[in-house]
Amino acid sequence: MSLHATHRDAGPVTVVDLSGRIVLGDGSALLRKTIRGLLDDQRKKILLNLADVDYIDSSGIGELVSGFTAVKNQSGDLKLLHLTKKVRDLLQITKLYTVFDVFTDENTAVRSFG
Amino acid sequence: MASDTKHLEITLETQVESVNLAEEMCLRVAEAAGFGEDDCYRIGMSVREGVINAFHYGNKERRDKKIHLAVDLTADKMIIHVLDEGAGFKLSDVPDPLAEENLLSTSGRGIFLMRAFMDEFDVVSGRTGGAEIVMSKKLPAPGSTSPNGQGGQSATPQQEA
Repeated sequence: MSLHATHRDAGPVTVVDLSGRIVLGDGSALLRKTIRGLLDDQRKKILLNLADVDYIDSSGIGELVSGFTAVKNQSGDLKLLHLTKKVRDLLQITKLYTVFDVFTDENTAVRSFG
Repeated sequence: MASDTKHLEITLETQVESVNLAEEMCLRVAEAAGFGEDDCYRIGMSVREGVINAFHYGNKERRDKKIHLAVDLTADKMIIHVLDEGAGFKLSDVPDPLAEENLLSTSGRGIFLMRAFMDEFDVVSGRTGGAEIVMSKKLPAPGSTSPNGQGGQSATPQQEA
């Protein structure tokens, strides 16, 4: 299943709804293009909704980290919402769970951007 | 090779599509061998990472090089070999992705994930002169059940590295 991405505004925060697999190839490329596009539009408060993403490989993890760093470098914030169990486990064993701000409630996540 | 071992071998092109193809092939073997959903996920992910490693680091994405994938199904485990045509590497030279200075690296987690998800993992010098990843997963015990009603272990990944 390829990756699909749409985005919507929640106040000053851009919520990106992702579905599918973030893996080597088109999935990772689409995530990169989406985040870079938002930064080009000066949208620097980004919340990735991963509720419908049940598979990420090492390339996808690398793309999440790359996006996180790119947003931080522009004084923005990239946070994660609604991790599936597999994705949460993956971020935990790679110690990235402590790097990203992770939320289970969208309103709480949006408010956290300040 | 023992007579009761089933052997499957395929030569893959050095291209992104080979990663999905290898994953799908090994998932079918794993499902047929009786692995449950969680173990199939781990095996599929490990095969992906092995082939990504061969594609990117081993063969340097060169289309004139091949990736050799072999699967052995013995009486007690599924063994996967991923061989590239690169220069080979030593496991001891691979940076630890959990080290503080590497946490924000955008690459270098594939070996770690294979070690975490499989029961046995090693990298040896292959017949092509490239690296050969050899990894295995024990077959589920006959009659064992997992939460999804199939053979397998718990869903929580095991961290070995």
